[in-house]
Amino acid sequence: MSTYAAAKIVAAREIRVKLRDKTFIFSTVFFLIFAIGITVLPVLFSGGPSSVAVADQATAARLQQADLEVRVVADDAAAEKLLRDGDVDAAVISGPEVLAMDDTPGSVVDALSTAPPVRLLDPAAVDPFLAYIVPFALAFVFFFTSFLFGLQIAQSVTEEKQTRIVEILVASVPTRALLAGKVAALGLLAFVQVALIAIVTLIGARLAGLDRGVLHLLEPAIGWFVAFFLIGFVMLAALWAGVGALASRPEDLNGVSQPVQMAVMLPFFAVIFLGENELAMRILSYIPFSAPIAMPTRIFNGDAAGWEPFLALLIMAVTAVVLLAVGSRVYEGSLLRTNGKTSWATAWRSSTTS
Amino acid sequence: MLNVDSVSRSFGDRAVLKNVTFPVGSGKLTGFVGANGAGKTTTMRIILGVLAADTGQVTLNDKPLTREIRQRFGYMPEERGLYPKMTVHDQVVYLGRLHGLSSAAAEERTTKLLDQLGLGDRAGEKLEKLSLGNQQRAQVAAALVHDPEVLVLDEPFSGLDPIAVETMVDVLRDRAAAGVPVLFSSHQLELVERLCDDLVIIADGSIRAAGDKAALRAQHALPRYQLVVDTDAGWLRDEPGVTLLDLDGPRAIFDLDTGDDQKVLQAALERGPVRAFGPVVPSLTEIFREVVR
Repeated sequence: MSTYAAAKIVAAREIRVKLRDKTFIFSTVFFLIFAIGITVLPVLFSGGPSSVAVADQATAARLQQADLEVRVVADDAAAEKLLRDGDVDAAVISGPEVLAMDDTPGSVVDALSTAPPVRLLDPAAVDPFLAYIVPFALAFVFFFTSFLFGLQIAQSVTEEKQTRIVEILVASVPTRALLAGKVAALGLLAFVQVALIAIVTLIGARLAGLDRGVLHLLEPAIGWFVAFFLIGFVMLAALWAGVGALASRPEDLNGVSQPVQMAVMLPFFAVIFLGENELAMRILSYIPFSAPIAMPTRIFNGDAAGWEPFLALLIMAVTAVVLLAVGSRVYEGSLLRTNGKTSWATAWRSSTTS
Repeated sequence: MLNVDSVSRSFGDRAVLKNVTFPVGSGKLTGFVGANGAGKTTTMRIILGVLAADTGQVTLNDKPLTREIRQRFGYMPEERGLYPKMTVHDQVVYLGRLHGLSSAAAEERTTKLLDQLGLGDRAGEKLEKLSLGNQQRAQVAAALVHDPEVLVLDEPFSGLDPIAVETMVDVLRDRAAAGVPVLFSSHQLELVERLCDDLVIIADGSIRAAGDKAALRAQHALPRYQLVVDTDAGWLRDEPGVTLLDLDGPRAIFDLDTGDDQKVLQAALERGPVRAFGPVVPSLTEIFREVVR
């Protein structure tokens, strides 16, 4: 049997097991709810136009022109009563005077006042809320998905080591097939999960009536994100498998996987905290570990030139090849060392495939 | 026939196997005995290709082992383990497929084998829900699912209850009868003695004895005799060439260093009736103690 055929059988088992795994199902559902929430909630929260009660006909006409929901009442007392009963957000009584419960109704005030014309010399490409939430969402999805699935690769390796089934496995198929099968299976599942989130987000954004201009920015950003995610995940996957093999019990896993955890966690915080700094983001978008978050963010903000994501992706792909080699060597070198934790150095040296 | 040929292996500067050579005959049950740390597991791992030999090789019918050949081996490691959260049926099928069976063949063999081992009605349960004895049976099924051409079992009897031991014995005999070379290690020397055809004794990484069980016995037989008479056998002490080892009234065990056993028998008959007289065949435990010393 070829390594490829063996890897396929290994991958099929991993996928079958994961599809029955509650953690996987919950995380998928959670992320989909998150994706729907983030696109639909802002629209819901803005709550449509304010409603206002007014007695004076002329004022009512002005307010209607400003797209407010106007309730024309008999007198000022009736307007105030409606406001107190919570039927309207504001009331305008003679004076004119604006009444509201606890918050100045900006839209009503604006409609009744004359504002000087404003001209922005450097308008922001996107709404500040979106500018904040989109990088955060990308970082969040990448961090959790990459972390969860990576950790599952490690756990699956440790499980095989702890239960000693690994000896039977290694006696029947090449270690490379085991590793490739696991990485392919978990990579595929992670990719499907992220792609699903991406699709739901885009559909949600359309349904929520997001501005066309924003969609125009969001679509390429998410498309690139999916591509970056895939390479980014594969890049770390073999390392996760390697640390899984270094531990011989699940209890050891947290300790030995620390370096890989850092490689996922630090870029997450870096992008969250340095998101405003254009130079920092430019650098982060080329560092393979942070590129999956930083580059799509820059694309979304309209800061990245057309060729930039290609270059970043290429750097990542090269890094992925190197790290796959490192990870598989560590994996092979430590897989059969079942007494206690194996150090990186020992695993590296003792990698003798038979 | 499986041949382990001049295999040596070191871990760091500790030589674990030194020029280990022994055959495992087709259709024979070969018992592999030795103290803890003598090198049994390392030898088995090298046979299975889980570990590489520093020098030497293992051959099957004079051909060096490749991964393709080894894929048709069945292996039961010393420390048992299958996936605790996978059903018995699913993991036996999975291992069958990894050993090169088609999906349909793996399904068919699994169902048949689990029925044979009395696990048919538990096949759909997760391994961790099974009793220890049944988990062992699942482990046997995992080693046999692909109808292996060579069977290597590390301590297959450890932790088995007496009924499970008999099931295991039947399984091994059955495989050997089908012409498969079967190598198994065990600490239970009585069991090895009863079960195996051939014997390999290892100590400190070197083979101390290997070959047919009866031949080994004959080879290690001492000129030792047992005599049972009606009266006290103390007179043996004064017989020429006799070293009395154990005397319990009318029963005596002695070594005959020089001289003729028939003369001793005659001397005994002259003194009265002889109830028993004959050479003492060494038990495996005794042979083991002797060669390992």
